[in-house]
Amino acid sequence: MTEAVEKLRSAFSALNGPNTYGNGRAFWTAFAVGLVAVFAYPMFVGSYSAGQATLYLLYGFLGLSLCFIWGYCGVLSFGQVAFFGVAGYAFGVVTLNFGAEATVPAALAGVVIATVVAAALGYFMFYGGVRDVYVAIVTLAFTLVMYTFMAQTAGREWAIGDARLGGFNGMPGIPNITLGGTSFSGATFYYLVAVLLLVTYLGLRVLVNSRYGRVMVAVREDEDRAEMLGYNVKLVKFVVFTFGGTLAGFSGVLYASWGNFIDPSVFALSFAALPIVWVSVGGRESLIGAVAATFGVQRLDQELAATGSEWALVIIGALLLFVIMFMPKGAVPYLDRYAKAGLGWLREKRGAGSDREVKAVDSD
Amino acid sequence: MDMTEVPAFVDIFSLVNLLLQFLDSFAFLVLAAVGLVVIFGMMGIINLAHGEFILVGAYSTTLAAVAGAPFVVAVVIGTLTTAVFGILLERSILKRFYDRPLDSMVATWAISLMMIQGTRIYFGNSITQASTPFGSINYGPYSYSAYRVALAGVSVAVLIGIYLVFTRTEFGLKARATIQDADTARAMGVNTERIYILTFGFGSALAGLTGALYAPTLSMSPEVGQNFLVEAFVAVVVGGSSVVMGTSLAGILLGAINAFFSNVYSTFWGRIALLAAAILAIRLMPYGITGVIENIRDRRRAGMSLRESLKIPAVTVLLGGGSND
Repeated sequence: MTEAVEKLRSAFSALNGPNTYGNGRAFWTAFAVGLVAVFAYPMFVGSYSAGQATLYLLYGFLGLSLCFIWGYCGVLSFGQVAFFGVAGYAFGVVTLNFGAEATVPAALAGVVIATVVAAALGYFMFYGGVRDVYVAIVTLAFTLVMYTFMAQTAGREWAIGDARLGGFNGMPGIPNITLGGTSFSGATFYYLVAVLLLVTYLGLRVLVNSRYGRVMVAVREDEDRAEMLGYNVKLVKFVVFTFGGTLAGFSGVLYASWGNFIDPSVFALSFAALPIVWVSVGGRESLIGAVAATFGVQRLDQELAATGSEWALVIIGALLLFVIMFMPKGAVPYLDRYAKAGLGWLREKRGAGSDREVKAVDSD
Repeated sequence: MDMTEVPAFVDIFSLVNLLLQFLDSFAFLVLAAVGLVVIFGMMGIINLAHGEFILVGAYSTTLAAVAGAPFVVAVVIGTLTTAVFGILLERSILKRFYDRPLDSMVATWAISLMMIQGTRIYFGNSITQASTPFGSINYGPYSYSAYRVALAGVSVAVLIGIYLVFTRTEFGLKARATIQDADTARAMGVNTERIYILTFGFGSALAGLTGALYAPTLSMSPEVGQNFLVEAFVAVVVGGSSVVMGTSLAGILLGAINAFFSNVYSTFWGRIALLAAAILAIRLMPYGITGVIENIRDRRRAGMSLRESLKIPAVTVLLGGGSND
């Protein structure tokens, strides 16, 4: 019994560390409340609305992928949507050829292809000695070329088996993810994505707080210093970038299955901007910030689009500019500071808090 | 797009066609990139709103031309408007980002998004286009827009102009001093702040000129600037940060690749070949052609003979070692 508790405690401690905001009791309490809200949401709004809201959840992986490589390893990629799109198309091609029973292998194929594409691009960049702004340019150029490429695939000759790529018309009729006879849509799909996102988030927390995460941060802070200390900086960046491609690809697979459709707009500049906006607004060095900002910004975007406002893109752009000018580390560090100040104030007011509480807050 | 067809270079007309295509590609690459490279080489800022600077130039030129201004006057108006616009943007926003290159990319991208959508809201999805000056050149079964070919001459003139500005004027001298060592330049009495403003204005003017020159040949939509992005970025990646040497050599190399693939297959494959060339180029020379040239120059300075100094960079380029790493 005590052994199990001990194991649980050590598993929990792996989640916390210097590389994540929010490690104390207060954070995990708020996290649990938020989690309950996310899981209770479909019960209040019904299956259809939950299905619609799944889009925000599945974008969460895309946000996390950029947060992981940019925030933790200092590699700014404008091309996460390219891996997202490649995986979505691959999922579409496989399922349109082999039907709904093949969704799981298709999902796997999508993620693997996105990973391989990211690895190939990453190999050329990082082993070529490409750094900083050049990485950003190359990833952006890659996305633009993918857009040009997919946009011109309208002709009949652009088909893989039974799946026509369809140019600007996109690829309709992509089936829902089906697992053991259950077709995931509406609330069931919502729960599936929510659970996967939770697992991914916690997994990434463990990763960034591990030894490897510390090396990533060392590379972010000073590449040359990390190299001098004996770390293989190129390999670290290559691995991190490739894994970022995996996460983005996973997001793309879920996206194609969510909308039963994919088209070249996933490679468009306006879409490529979104992960940058989410991660900048939330705080690039905070995984939870990236996910929360993904929900928030997309919700705002949805509201603006629903009112038929053509100002949506202008407002999103202004938000990004404001954040990068006045709070370049995003919202989370500020929230973190205010929360700590608030907790400290509470504690003072209550007189001497228990030792335990002090420790929990201090470790933030 | 029949890829199996064997390209026919037998008749003189297709050779002429290939040559004109090359001149066109060269001009497009060079003009698309110069404004971006001047700002990048000087301040280390990649201006992701570069396409929208071109948009400002193209729109103001088109509006002036359609309102009745002679084309040359309209081009001057477009260039100056963009220069003023660039300086205003630099003073209000971009000067905060000089020591944060990645953030400056994000900031300029935000500006780009706002400008594209703002243009759409204000002007709608398109505006009336100015007419193309000159006619077309006809030869055999082909014809080519004479204006697009004339732009090759303009692009060479622009490169020479930039070279003269940076080597023969006081501004150029101070600008080069500021690139090399801003602190020392400041200590020697150069007003580096002013140099940054002027360089940014100069780079913006070049972007505006590009927009102005291509305004008659492209449909005037809010996305007009994005036509230039891939070419501009690829030219910067391959050329590196040196404006005249890097960009012109990149223009020749990439122009030839683009012309060949466009001519033999299609414009689409020309673009794909451009990207493939860029990715290969960064694998071989991470700091672009500029990096290779600087490497050779350093070796020369270190006392190697010309042959010796050329040999080693050539080997590293072929074997793929990072030359400036």
